[in-house]
This record gives sequence, C-alpha cells and structure tokens, in this order.
Amino acid sequence: MSKKHKSPDVRGGMGRGHGMMGMPPQKAKDFKGTLKRLIGYLKPFKYHLLAVLITAILSTVFAILSPKILGKATTKIFEGMMMKMKGVPGAGIDFDYILNILLILIGLYLFSALFTYIQQYIMAGVAQKTVFALREEVNQKLSRMPLKFFDSQSHGDVLSRVINDIDNISSTFQQSLTQLFRSLVTIVGVIVMMLTISPLMTLIVLLTLPLSFFVTVKVAKRSQKYFMGQQKSLGELNGHVDEMYTGHRIVKAFGREKRSIEQFNSINDKLYDAGWKAQFVSGIIMPLMMFIGNIGYVFICVVGGILVTHRTIQVGDIQAFIQYARQFSQPITQTANIANIIQSTIASAERVFEILDEEEQVPEAVRTKEIPSPQGNVAFEQVTFGYKEDNMLIEDMTINVKQGQTVAIVGPTGAGKTTLINLLMRFYEIDGGKIAIDGIDIRDMARGRLRRLFGMVLQDTWLFNGTIKDNIAYGREGASDEEIIQAAKAADADHFIRTLPEGYETVLNEEASNLSQGQKQLLTIARAILADPAILILDEATSSVDTRTEVYIQNAMNELMKGRTSFVIAHRLSTIRNADVILVMNHGSIIEKGSHEMLLENDGFYADLYNSQFASA
Amino acid sequence: MMKLLRFLKPYRVPVVLVLILTFLQTLSNLYLPTLMSDIVDVGIVQGDVPYILKIGAFMLAIAALSVVFSILASFYSAKAALGYSRDLRSSVFNHVENFSLHGFDKIGTSSLITRTTNDITQVQRVTAMMLRMMVMAPMMCIGGIIMAVSKDAKLSLVIVAAIPVLAIAIIIVQKKAIPLFKAMQKKLDKLNLILREGLSGVRVIRSFNRIDHEKERFKESNTELTNTAIKVNKIIAALMPIMMIVLNFSTIAILWFGSIRIDHGHMQVGDLMAFIQYAMQIMFSLMMVSMMFVMIPRASVSASRINEVLELEPDILDPDRVITANEQKGHVAFQNVTFSFQGAEKPAVSDISFSAEPGEVTAVIGGTGSGKSTMINLIPRFYDVDSGSVLVDGTDVRDMAQGDLRAKIGFVPQKAVLFKGTVAENIRFGNETAMDEEVFQAAEIAQAAEFVSNLENGFETVIEEGGANLSGGQKQRLSIARALVRRPEIYVFDDSFSALDFKTDAKLRARLKQEISDSTVIIVAQRVSTVMDADRIIVLEEGKIAGIGMHQELMKTCDVYKEIVSSQLSEEEIA
Repeated sequence: MSKKHKSPDVRGGMGRGHGMMGMPPQKAKDFKGTLKRLIGYLKPFKYHLLAVLITAILSTVFAILSPKILGKATTKIFEGMMMKMKGVPGAGIDFDYILNILLILIGLYLFSALFTYIQQYIMAGVAQKTVFALREEVNQKLSRMPLKFFDSQSHGDVLSRVINDIDNISSTFQQSLTQLFRSLVTIVGVIVMMLTISPLMTLIVLLTLPLSFFVTVKVAKRSQKYFMGQQKSLGELNGHVDEMYTGHRIVKAFGREKRSIEQFNSINDKLYDAGWKAQFVSGIIMPLMMFIGNIGYVFICVVGGILVTHRTIQVGDIQAFIQYARQFSQPITQTANIANIIQSTIASAERVFEILDEEEQVPEAVRTKEIPSPQGNVAFEQVTFGYKEDNMLIEDMTINVKQGQTVAIVGPTGAGKTTLINLLMRFYEIDGGKIAIDGIDIRDMARGRLRRLFGMVLQDTWLFNGTIKDNIAYGREGASDEEIIQAAKAADADHFIRTLPEGYETVLNEEASNLSQGQKQLLTIARAILADPAILILDEATSSVDTRTEVYIQNAMNELMKGRTSFVIAHRLSTIRNADVILVMNHGSIIEKGSHEMLLENDGFYADLYNSQFASA
Repeated sequence: MMKLLRFLKPYRVPVVLVLILTFLQTLSNLYLPTLMSDIVDVGIVQGDVPYILKIGAFMLAIAALSVVFSILASFYSAKAALGYSRDLRSSVFNHVENFSLHGFDKIGTSSLITRTTNDITQVQRVTAMMLRMMVMAPMMCIGGIIMAVSKDAKLSLVIVAAIPVLAIAIIIVQKKAIPLFKAMQKKLDKLNLILREGLSGVRVIRSFNRIDHEKERFKESNTELTNTAIKVNKIIAALMPIMMIVLNFSTIAILWFGSIRIDHGHMQVGDLMAFIQYAMQIMFSLMMVSMMFVMIPRASVSASRINEVLELEPDILDPDRVITANEQKGHVAFQNVTFSFQGAEKPAVSDISFSAEPGEVTAVIGGTGSGKSTMINLIPRFYDVDSGSVLVDGTDVRDMAQGDLRAKIGFVPQKAVLFKGTVAENIRFGNETAMDEEVFQAAEIAQAAEFVSNLENGFETVIEEGGANLSGGQKQRLSIARALVRRPEIYVFDDSFSALDFKTDAKLRARLKQEISDSTVIIVAQRVSTVMDADRIIVLEEGKIAGIGMHQELMKTCDVYKEIVSSQLSEEEIA
C-alpha cells in the first residue's frame, strides 16, 4: 500500500513541470478539446484576463519603443561628435535634445514596469483561484465516486493528478500564460520596429530563426534518448530503494546488506551515466542558441556598420537593432519552450479531466426513505452481484437476518468475504434482487443515512494524522470527552492510551507507525463503539489482535452486540462458533449457509475447514 | 544545503574547470561589444569597410570560441553535478543499510525512501543549475566590471552604483518570498496528506458519513494553500518590474554621463554603446540568479531532510574486538533482559530469563503489546538491550560480529517480505550458494513446492514487486523456505503461520518437526494449537514472563495461559 503513495513524488521528482529544455513533452490525446475545456475554467475571469492582455500589450509596446528612442539619442551624440571632429564652429552635443529623449524614456520605462507589475499581480489571483476551483471540483467529484473507482485506481495515480498535475496547470497559468502574451506582442512589435529601421538587417535577424529551430529540435531529439534512459534507471533505483528499505529487517536478518549495496551501486552508476549525458546534451542547447544569437549580432554590427558608412542608417540604429535582436531571440526560445509547456499542461489537464469524467455512483433516490428507529433486520432477497459483468459471484442469494443475530462469514483468504459488506453498505451496486433493512430497500435510503446504521471495524485500520481523541471521535460528531474515554474503555484501549506520553492527545504520525497494529485495531473498535450503530460489521477486525486481547474485545463486543445485528468476518473459528448464521465462502461465492452444528453435520467445506484446525496438532 | 556541498570535494577539478571555462566564456561574450565599439569608432568614423569586415570576422571567431568554452563547461558541470548526486545517493543508501530497526522506526520507512530518491534528485537538479547559471552571474559581474573599467573607469561608477541597488532589491523581495515559498511547500504537503487519507480511508469516511467533514478539511487546506500562493506570486510580481527599472535607469544614466564625457572628448560613441551592453549583460545575469532563488527553498528542505539521515548515527555497531562463538551450537539464552523503545515510559520487555537448547521448540504466546515480537527481535540484535544480556552460543550478541550472529539464525518475519526476482532467487536469499535440490527441498518442507510448480514458470517465475502476484499464505511459505535453505542453528518464527489456513499450518508444522529436529526453534504464535506441543511455552504479559513451562504444566499453574486456551479450544480439546 505504501508503494502506491510514493509514485506521485517519483513522477514529480524529475523533469516534470517547466523549463527543462530537451525533455520529451507529454502529449495529450485530445489537444483541442482539452484546451477548450481548460480555457472554460478561465471564463469567470475574462475581465481580469482582458486587463492582463491590455497591460501586457502596453508594457511590451513601451518596452519595444524604447530602444529606438535610445538609439536616437546615440545618433545625436554621434552627430555632435562628428561635427566637432570636423571642426564645425560652436558644434557640440545637443544636450537639450538628449535630455528630452531621456525624460521620455524615463516615462516609458516607468509605465512599462508599472504595467508589468499590474499584469503579474492580477494573474496571481486568477491563476491561483482557477486552480483552487479545479482542486475543489476534483475533490467534490471524488466524494461522489463509487467505491469501484477507489478499489481499481492506484491511489498514487489519483494523488499525482490532483496534486502534481494541477500544480503544473497552476504554474502554466501563473508564468507561461503571461509570458505567451508578452512574447507574441514582442515578436510582432519587434519585427515592426526593425522593419522601420532597416528591412535588410531585419532579414538577417529573421534568417537566424530557422537555424535556431533546427538546432533546438536536433539537440532535443538526441537528449530525449538520454532522458528516457535516465528515467528508466531512476525508476529502477527507486524500486530497489523501496524494496530494500521495506525489507530492511530481512536484509539484515540474512546479512545481505553488502549485496544490496552492490546492486544499488550498479544501478546508481547506470543512472549517473545516462544522467550526465542527458544533462550535458540538454545543457548545450543554450550555448548553441547563444552562438546563433551572436552570429546575428556580428552580422548586425558588420552590415550595420557598412550601411552607416553608406549613410543608409544611423549609428543609433545599430544600437537599437542590437537590442531588438536580443529582445527578439528571447521570446523565440520562450515560445519554443512554451509549446512544450503547453503540451504538458494540456496533458496534465486531460488527466485531471479524466477523473472529472469518471462515472459517478448511482444518484440518490429522489424521495429518500428513513428508518425512524432502526431494528437491524437485514434481508438479502435473490441478490445477484459480480465485480465484472461477465463473472457473477453471488447469484440468487437470499438470507434473512433478524434483529440481534450474528452472521459469521467464513472462508479461506481471498474468498471474497468483504463483498457482502460492500453490498450491505452500498459501496457497490447489486446487479439483481434487493437488500432491505427493516423492510426498506437500501437504494431508497440516502447513502449517508444508510451507512449511519452501521458500525464498522475494517481489516486495514484507517486512522488519520491527528490526536487519538480525534480519531476515536471520528465515530460520532460532537462526542464529549467522557464518551470518548468510555468508548476507549469499552474497547480495552484506555489502558494503553494512558501509557502513551501524551495520552489521548498523542498525535498519530502520518503512517500511524507510532502504534502497533493491535493498538490501531483497538482504536478503530473504540471508534465503532462510539458510533453506537444498529448493525455491526467486524471485518477480520481482530485478526492482528491476539486471542487474549480478543477475549477482552469480545466481551466488550458481546455487550455492544446485544440487540444489534452483527456481521463478523474472521479466520478464527472459535469466535464464530456462536453465530446464528454462518456463511461459508470460497472463490467469491457463498457455498454453504447454516449454523455450526448444521454445517458440521453436512460434512462439507466448512466441516473440512473446521476439522483441519486440530487435525495433527 | 551548504552542508551537503562536502560531497562536491572529489569533483574539485571539474568544478574549477567549470569556473574557469565559464569565466572565459563570459569574457569572450563581453569582448564582443568591445569589438563592436571598434567597428563604430574606427570603421564607421573613418568609413573603412575592409576594417569593419575584418573585425566582423574576428568577432565570429570569438563567438565560436565562446561556444566551445560554454559546451566544455556544460560537459564538466554535468559530470560534476551528476557525480555529486551519485556519491550522495550512494552514501545515504550505505548509511541507511547500516541502520538498526531503530533508525527506521525513528524516521519512517517511506520517509527514508523519499529522502534517498526524490530529495536527492531535487538537490541534484539545483546543484546542476547552480554549477551552470549561478556560477555565471558573479563571473558576468566581475568580467563586466573589468571590461567597463578598462573602457572608462569613471563611467563604470554608474554600474558599480546600480549593482548594489539591484542586489538590495532582490534580497528584499527574496527575504519576503522565501519563507512564503517554504510555507507553500508545507501547505502543499498538508493538502497531499489530506487527500491521501481521503483515498485510503474512503470506506471509513463513507461508513461514518463524514464526507462533508472531509470536504471541509480539504477546502480549508486548499484555501490556505491558495492564499499563500497568491501572496507569494504577488510579491514575485514586483521583482521583475523593479529589476527592469534599475536596469533601464542605469542605461539612461550611462547615456547621460557618457554623452557628457564624449562631449569633453574623454570617450567615443562606440565605447558608449559597448558600455550599455555591458551593463545589460551584468544586470541580466543578476536577474537570472534571482529567478533561481525560487528553486532553493525546495532544495534546501530536501537537503536538510537528507542531512537528518546522514547525521543519524547507526546505534548498533560491531564491537572493536569480535568474539566468534563456535564452541556451542544453537544455544540461546536470555539473562534478565530488559528493553525499552526510545522515549517509551515503560520497558517493552523486562526481566526475561530463559534458555533454549538445540532440538527444542520454544514457543512464545501472549497478548497484543505483551512484547513477544520485541523479545525475539533481540536475538538477531535488531535492537540492543537496556540491561541483562542475550547470549547466543554462550556469547553476548553484542560481542559478536552482526554478520556472524545472523548467519546462525533463520528468521521468518511476521509480514512476509519478498523481493523482485524469481521464486528461486527469493529462496536463495537465505543462502546464496544453495543448490537447486536444496532450494526445492526447502520449498517442499515449507509446503510451497506444490503451488510453485503450478506457477507458470515454476521456480523461475518472477515475483513482482512486493510479491503482488502471490497470496499472503504463499508469500509466508516462501519466506519460511528462505529461512530453511539457510540451515541455521536457530530458527525464529515471528507469528509466521498466521496467513496460512489451518490445514497447511498443521502440515507445515508436522514437516518442520521432522526436518529441523536438531536446530533450536523459537516460535511466536497466536494459536494455541501451534504452541501446544512445544518443549517450553513462554507466556508473556505486559512484557513480563507470566509463566513458563509445558502445556499441561501451565494449564495448572498459569491463569493467563488458561484464559488464552479457553478462548480458543473447546472443553474436550483442552482435556
């Protein structure tokens, strides 16, 4: 189980998200549709986005205008200097003109900065709120999902979608969206400005473009191979670490530390090998782009210089051009990058939407019925059920359980004993027949109401990261401290809780590993006791509580079971001998049904199982 | 973060090379504007086209040189960064392999896994970036200032004045942002935790009808995360404009003061143009660094988590002078052993004394938390006792080499852990040199031979990670076979029959009795039927021995035992 939880981090660990050049982008299946849908989430913010767009245009336009104006100042200085050199009397630099220009520039810069700030500021709200809404929607959706979904989906995968994928979308909204706006405006603006200065030099700059693209694509392709190798080794390494740490006790017991380390080192070496190559190859994209940029730069200087000598352009124009060329190459690489980012964002969005599009559980009945004072009569009437459509596990099953009776469900491991529970609590929908409690079809009840009738102690103890008190109190909202302690006492948990350093206030850590399995069981029993339900479900609850503790629990349970209907799943035959009805299960189906004596007389599967316990001991 | 830099030491040479190469690269990049100024000041002023072409060619050569430096720097930095993380990973793994179980209890297995894998990857990423980008910034700064001063010392004052302004602005913003980034990471983790709990506890949540409560919990956490994220992004939003203003204003200042100097004939127009470009390069590099700071909080959280692991000293070490205990075989003795987990108020086991000889079966039974597993975990020295001593073959386990000690023991854990690999490989885990027949025989005794031969590839069937393709009982039988193939002096079964059905359990015990009659066997069990025939039954209650003896004896003398028995067996079976 713990393994499932780790995978999201693994995926998020390397190469996901933004800015790693040369990484293979993840592709979406339906790019257009998903994009449209994602944009839909931005709709409530359309005015904000409009403001972002306007401020982006304004700030970029101002930023684009300034080099040309700055160039004018340089030209003026140059002219003044040339005049001086030629010895024109009274000649000098026209400082009034330059001051004027500089003042204009100060204005432009200030405005540009201001608008950039406004744009980012607005976007921060938009991006985060959108993502907030998306997360909420997914969580709401999860609460409406049938159990089938949780049982079949790896938790790590779901976690990764809700946390990593949404995080990915968030940073795209935050950074890349505004960047995209700016880049587009910049590219158009810069081309226009360059054309007004010199079409020939514009052509030179534009010629470097296909070169950059070519280089990027080529190198990225190469690096992808190494990245894949790196990813593979990393996966292998993580797997090894996972296994060795989880089996630490065994590794130690059999003195295999050395072997384990050797194996680790060999995978680690492979990872290093693929890793540095990936890093290196993707790392040379930037220098190469810079080189191409520099080639453009040199040509601008040379051609510009020659043009100036022919008086076609001015010195300040060269300077402006150099700045434009720099401004130009940046958004180009950015857009190349953004293309990847958008692809991976859409892929992320698609994964999130996949969850949102999952089939939900059957909606509640329109007019739900209630049981005012539950008795706990449970009836299965000709119930048919299978997890898969073509494989019915339960067919035409009819059982009547009267108030206060105990039903024991028996069978070897993996016989599908939890199936009945899944059906009773309507975690799964039956395919035929009807289950009724006190005569009311459970499908006519609201799920919440139905489940409140049950108190359940499951095989895997689920406790959350909180105090012991809160964990017990989970059984019933608004329980008082006294009631909590009472429940703990009834479950024989009070004693061990009090030996903990913080008693009831002890905080369980993430994996609740500061308690033993048996102690955890006791807590979940206390939780069920506190819930005070009409029907009890004990799902192998006591299998890791040893028999002696079980005696205590049994006593508490017997007290609790008085007047309550109980369904007990257990390996231990001694605990079910007193059951009113025994259901014997094998391979998912119920194969025998009756009381202990009856079943022994039948001399079937149950009798065999029972006799084998003491056969050769 | 800094503490981990010691792992960079072996990579001194490549790191220094990276520094030099990056410096050369920045210098050549900065040299380009200088050449450009020559084009303007000489070529254009004198209308000398051949000169312009000549300088142009020279510039191309410099640009080519720069790219060579840069690629070489990339090469060495990739090697250094990845080598660094390889070493770090390896030393963490090595270190953890030496941990006792105590270390695992303390940090938690899954946390240790994340620390060895993701956290190191995170650190590696930042190290690689630091070696490339962060190194460049100071070089750019220094190089830029050198070039600027060489062009015109007085005008460089503008740059010298602008850098601290920019630096202060960056520092102020980062000071505000970094704690928020850290907080954001924490809140993201919290959200992750709530979601994870919601997934794994879905049955419980639904059965207690607490869906709305969970939704509320999620929303709360989501809101907190969102608010922090908005805050931090709004702060970061100021960074870019501030930097742009400083950058642009210094350009204006350079132009203004530069024109005055030109007017006085102290400098030329080309120099001015070059100057503006130096300033831009310097400031750009600083901006780049400021962006990188965003990465650092995440990495430093990772780094400190890694450090925590490295600083945790293994608490069980081999003694300086190892005693080899070979005179006796299969003797286990506890002498007044008391042991408590760290931080626990009460000892988990106290004052335990007994001894077991070869050919005997010693069974341990008792309630949850009575210390059964804890007690037998002391035999292979998974933990060290507080007082008293555990003797194996007459020697205190603390005086033996751990490897020697454990070679004597075949340990079967409560939870069957198998590894990725074939069935045969898994059994051989107990004894690498075991022949095929030995492997088969072990499987046969462990009642595993039948189901294994029914598997697709028999003993060569590959077991998936965590043994996902086997049932609990099958895994347990393989883990028993793994101990059997070792042919140890001492067998320790820690409640190892729990996942077996009664039939298999009985068969298995019957076979074990025949096969390992000359070894010492210690069994922890829950079922009375498992322990009834033992030569010695130890009844534990709250960490103390409540009774010790054979079944019939204990039935007469030990109330705790009687209670356990009567809960499991019916009257006629007891008699």
